[in-house]
Amino acid sequence: MKTLTEKTDTVNKYVTLFHEHQGEIMDAEPAFLSGMRREAIADFERLGFPKKKAENYKYVHLEPFFNGALETRFAPRKLEFDIQEMFRCDIPTLDTHVLLVLNGFFYTTTGEQLVEQENGVIFGSLKEATARHPELVSQHLGKYADYRNDAFVALNTACAQDGVFLYVPEKQTLDKPLQIIHLLLSDENEMVQHRNLFIAEKHSEAEVIICDHTLSNHMFLTNSVSEISVAENASLDVVRMQNEHNQAVQITNTWIEQRRDSTARHSTITLHGGKVRNNLQVKLKGENAHCDANGLFLIDKAQHVDNFTVIEHQQPHCTSNQHYKGVLDDAATGAFSGKIHVFPDAQKTEAYQTNNNVLLTRDAKMHTKPQLEIYADDVKCSHGATVGQIDENALFYLQTRGIPREEARLMLMYAFADDVISGIREEALRDRIANLVSRRLRGELSRCDNCAINCYD
Amino acid sequence: MLNIKDLRVSVEGKEILKGINLEVKPGEVHAIMGPNGSGKSTLASALAGNESFEITAGEVTYMGKDLLDLSPENRAREGIFLGFQYPVEIPGVSMVNFLRTAINEHKKYRNEEPLSAGEFLKLMREKKSLVEIDSDLTSRSVNEGFSGGEKKKNEIFQMALLNPKLSILDETDSGLDIDALRIVANGVNKLRTKDNATVVITHYQRLLDYIVPDYVHVLYKGKIVKSGDKSLALQLEEKGYDWLKQEAGIEV
Repeated sequence: MKTLTEKTDTVNKYVTLFHEHQGEIMDAEPAFLSGMRREAIADFERLGFPKKKAENYKYVHLEPFFNGALETRFAPRKLEFDIQEMFRCDIPTLDTHVLLVLNGFFYTTTGEQLVEQENGVIFGSLKEATARHPELVSQHLGKYADYRNDAFVALNTACAQDGVFLYVPEKQTLDKPLQIIHLLLSDENEMVQHRNLFIAEKHSEAEVIICDHTLSNHMFLTNSVSEISVAENASLDVVRMQNEHNQAVQITNTWIEQRRDSTARHSTITLHGGKVRNNLQVKLKGENAHCDANGLFLIDKAQHVDNFTVIEHQQPHCTSNQHYKGVLDDAATGAFSGKIHVFPDAQKTEAYQTNNNVLLTRDAKMHTKPQLEIYADDVKCSHGATVGQIDENALFYLQTRGIPREEARLMLMYAFADDVISGIREEALRDRIANLVSRRLRGELSRCDNCAINCYD
Repeated sequence: MLNIKDLRVSVEGKEILKGINLEVKPGEVHAIMGPNGSGKSTLASALAGNESFEITAGEVTYMGKDLLDLSPENRAREGIFLGFQYPVEIPGVSMVNFLRTAINEHKKYRNEEPLSAGEFLKLMREKKSLVEIDSDLTSRSVNEGFSGGEKKKNEIFQMALLNPKLSILDETDSGLDIDALRIVANGVNKLRTKDNATVVITHYQRLLDYIVPDYVHVLYKGKIVKSGDKSLALQLEEKGYDWLKQEAGIEV
């Protein structure tokens, strides 16, 4: 079933779409989920899309993208899709559980919708997990991403059909990283909304790699939500690689909730994309929790990447480090807005934020906006932002050693990006990303019709 | 080897070098001395090809080529080495990557095979001992967090690796204690052959006790006002620059 959306009042369009298809949307799903969808669509109708120049969306106005002629599907379409053909998947150095999500729907390559390991670890289709383990899913789904106050999350909550579910029980470790590949492949312009839910129970450990890719040259609009719960003493790493084409618009909404003594590390590496908006919301809800939030983007032409973060220190003794960097070429534009919110009780908070950017041309533009809201008095917080050019003295120094100017420029850009990359703990992944970044800087990754993680070697 | 004729150089519209003439032959060591602001570093930077220095007149031939026509990297590959007064810190670029890229760019220019990892490490080890550079330094980012002395040793280390024909050492002695000065000077002396030449730019005679020049030139207000042998340096040490300034004042 497909619906070609029309150009009308954008909010009404989606509300109407929901109501017209609610039978299909809520087909055979547990009551808690349908109830949440009804709430969420009402919230979406009430909230509407962020207005142009709304404080949090000052540098990218997203509503017009929702207004185009886009297909929206509530059930997976059968696609001629040969996984072997599309991916030459041999990754000797990166041993992962690979999960595919095709146009927002879990796409099994093994026939299994959901893997349930002996130690209680579960991963696979969120839709399948909701059917098989409704009690487990209902404890978490919609509990971290705030659909009551965020229009994009509300719209996703109302409509999203599938995505990836990961559950790591108490004291268990995921045996190898989960690699989620979000693929967009269509013969028409399409809107996609998927949803991921990762749960790391007490004392558990897991690593997730997310790759966002376009496989056909159509206009794609993605509005995705990832909800992440990191319980006491648990550790979760998420590395997201974004590699979509210039006609793609991507909104990611990542909501992380951490309990005491937990650690979460989130990195977003944007190699390519048309318009990208990454919302990262972290709530430190237990003492002594730690969060690293890093980002790196490398953009050119008319691309736009907008990283928006909110780190809430709700409890004492928590630490957070944010480190975002951007390299902008041609007429690319970028924005970083990072908020550190320290609650009145959150004494002994340590929260740091840096945002460094390099503009390679006069036409490239970067907006950076640190926001500190501190209501406790015994805290250490800092922020720093720079927007600059490649250091001419360093360029000259390299040249005087026989290194050509262009190569010297690449070395310096790579060096600039390096400290975000070196923050990735898993060595094989770090090397792979380093390689991709270096090739992106050389202009060798100007097309991205394959999964970068898997296929560029 | 190097022939500079009536070289005039401006920085941001202000003329710093006002007609320099200098000839350097293979095997020679030239010292350029002079008070602060006389244009010594400008001469070094202009010869290395720094674009913020505008050549307004004159010509420079190097090994029969028009030097001013070459990009900084091609000057380097043709055998010119500039030892920086203030070596630049480059965080994120490892010494190893930097040195290997530099050496292999030189090789490429001469149509030679690039060095393998093993050959490169061997070469590094060999040259390291020459300047007594701490092994530790080569595992770090280029000049990042190096002390003043380490930075200068690192310049000579790079010189040793790149094996230039003409080395221009800009205030290599500044900021060095006597031990570091000796090490740096010894490094330079060991690298001397009858085929290469060195131009040492310095403030003080001290360095010239270790690196003995064939010629000493005094640069003042953008001109070489006096040239002589190494005894000129001793004379300067004794009498300062004032007598030369007076002499120059009369001459100009």
